[in-house]
Amino acid sequence: MTPDEKKQVIAKLEQRYLQKYGRKFQISTQDAVPDTLWAYGLELSRCIGCRRCVYACVKENNQSRHDPQLQWIRVLRLKRGNLINLEDSEHYYDPDLVPEKGFVYLPVQCQQCQNPPCVKVCPVHATWQEPDGIVVVDYNWCIGCRYCIAACPYKGRVFNWAEPNLPREEINPSVHYLGNRPRMKCAVEKCTFCIQRVRQGRYPACVEACPTGTRKFGNLLDPNSEMRYIIDRKRVFRLKEDLGTEPKFYYFFEA
Amino acid sequence: MEKWRDIMNETWHFYKRTLTLVVTGSKLYYAWCFSLIAVIIAGSLFYMKQHEIGLIATNMNDQVSWGLYIANFTYLVGAAAAAVLLVIPSYVYHFKPIKEIVVLGELFAASSIVMAILFVMVDLGRLDRFWHMLPIFGWMNFPQSLLAWDVLALNGYLFLNLLIPIYLLVKFYYRKGPNWKFILPFILLSIPMAVAIHTVTAFLYNGLPARPFWNASILAPRFLASAFCSGPAIIIIIFQIIRKVSVHHIEIEDEALFKISELIAYAMFLNLFLLSAELFKEYYSQTVHIASFRYLFEGLHGHNQLVPWIWAAMTMNVIAFVIFLIPQTRKRLITLNLGCLLIIIGVWIEKGPGFVIPGFVPDPLGEIFEYLPNLLELMVSFGIWATGLLIFTLLMKVAIPIETGTFTHTEYEKGITAFRSRQEGSPKIKEWH
Repeated sequence: MTPDEKKQVIAKLEQRYLQKYGRKFQISTQDAVPDTLWAYGLELSRCIGCRRCVYACVKENNQSRHDPQLQWIRVLRLKRGNLINLEDSEHYYDPDLVPEKGFVYLPVQCQQCQNPPCVKVCPVHATWQEPDGIVVVDYNWCIGCRYCIAACPYKGRVFNWAEPNLPREEINPSVHYLGNRPRMKCAVEKCTFCIQRVRQGRYPACVEACPTGTRKFGNLLDPNSEMRYIIDRKRVFRLKEDLGTEPKFYYFFEA
Repeated sequence: MEKWRDIMNETWHFYKRTLTLVVTGSKLYYAWCFSLIAVIIAGSLFYMKQHEIGLIATNMNDQVSWGLYIANFTYLVGAAAAAVLLVIPSYVYHFKPIKEIVVLGELFAASSIVMAILFVMVDLGRLDRFWHMLPIFGWMNFPQSLLAWDVLALNGYLFLNLLIPIYLLVKFYYRKGPNWKFILPFILLSIPMAVAIHTVTAFLYNGLPARPFWNASILAPRFLASAFCSGPAIIIIIFQIIRKVSVHHIEIEDEALFKISELIAYAMFLNLFLLSAELFKEYYSQTVHIASFRYLFEGLHGHNQLVPWIWAAMTMNVIAFVIFLIPQTRKRLITLNLGCLLIIIGVWIEKGPGFVIPGFVPDPLGEIFEYLPNLLELMVSFGIWATGLLIFTLLMKVAIPIETGTFTHTEYEKGITAFRSRQEGSPKIKEWH
């Protein structure tokens, strides 16, 4: 698409959102910043399983709020002594107080694989990897076949089984075309590392929301970035490395 | 000009006669067709609801994201591929009893493919964007996505299985021998294509390392083996029904049915053998990848919804195998039919729901969700099966009279020749003869 065509599409989309939600949206189409490759760090020893990241994400990214509520981050509760065999994990733990004794927490979201199996299987090129490494979806091009959901080893993708319920007063009107703009029924969606924020030099919403400093974010190509520091000095690992997906989501422990 | 007019007239005439043929029939025929139409309408009404509110109308969710629709799709691709078991003996080995009925088998394959494609269509969340997949209009992810391969293979196979029987039938209608130089390459191509559609469908699941249950290299051979059981079993039953209800005395010899059932015995042996090879590997090595097998065969953490189903399927498959193995039971219609029914149901469970659902249980993050289709999914599925059966019935209604020689061009030809001679005098007729 030429820049002019892009502008037209965006104008039309803004008009449509105005009609549907009664709010003025700013839809960004900002391209990837040159020489960036975004990566995420998550310090497992700090996570207390409070799920503040989950709800900050829902709010920032205009997910469907109820019937059903969609979440891009899942926090798994594992018995201590357990990490790799996720079969024993609890996804719906609901105690009065976290952290609970005897448990550790493992937040999982899209791992932004450098070799993403979900992109490979899409029959219509509705999903792809951006130059800054973020895997995005064009919600208006997705045909809803859910092959990508079957292909993802991290459950990084969720589907709008119904028309999303997004109350007017809870809308975040500052959106990116490939990110948090309101979605429609029966298209797939996923974490984009808050593409609308990170391309403007801000942290993803989950990083900001975390009360314990568990979550880190940075540019792999910048030798002075926080991520490079973590990879150089901490013991990092990635989920299901054996599948060859090359995630850019590093879990680590205090060394 | 005159030739063109003749061709147009003839074609129109053919259509008219076909239509008459299709809309007239016995009471039983009407009852059958109208009940199918009723089921189709009911299914469409349920589908409209799904289309309106989205796939939330089904029981699928983020954990089990494919369900009954894709299970049926997988089964039907296999059924369609099985036509090759008629094509090889008839065109390659010229086994006469099967040659008589091979055209019907190809039309059965075409009907199965139509159903398979419909099952994918109803499973799409956004049917309105289906065109995104078409070449030129959309942008197909070929050759990367196996789903793109599958779309191409299925449509190619559908094309072949319409072209070949229709060509042969039209030639038969005109009482001419087929031009083998033209049609034989297509027939030969349909053999590897039958293998291809099912292999590609197997690869569609096979290529996902995220789902260890499907990520076994034995999958494609297993798919083919089970397909060569279920498809021919359906064909055997259908042929007997045709033989019973058709007013035209079509020659479907027992010999042909017995030959097909012998092939089923080999295929079922392979199917059971490949399955046991897979079970051995999983149960002897006891890695984490065994979870889905556990869920299917013995239940996982107290979730055991599929267990009775798979054991029922295993029992049916083994009994059917024994029936088809022993010549005495294979060559008696009662036991033969029992074996066919057992295989049709057994393989449906094994490679429909018994194959698709465990791929999602437990899901990649270890969550266990027990999926069962709801009423809407069942009704939409019945609607599609009814559509396929109706298409097949109508095709048979035309194909059988042509095959038996009661519906041909000759009577009409006589009519038009007489008409000509009245109009233009005798010289033309001389040329004609």
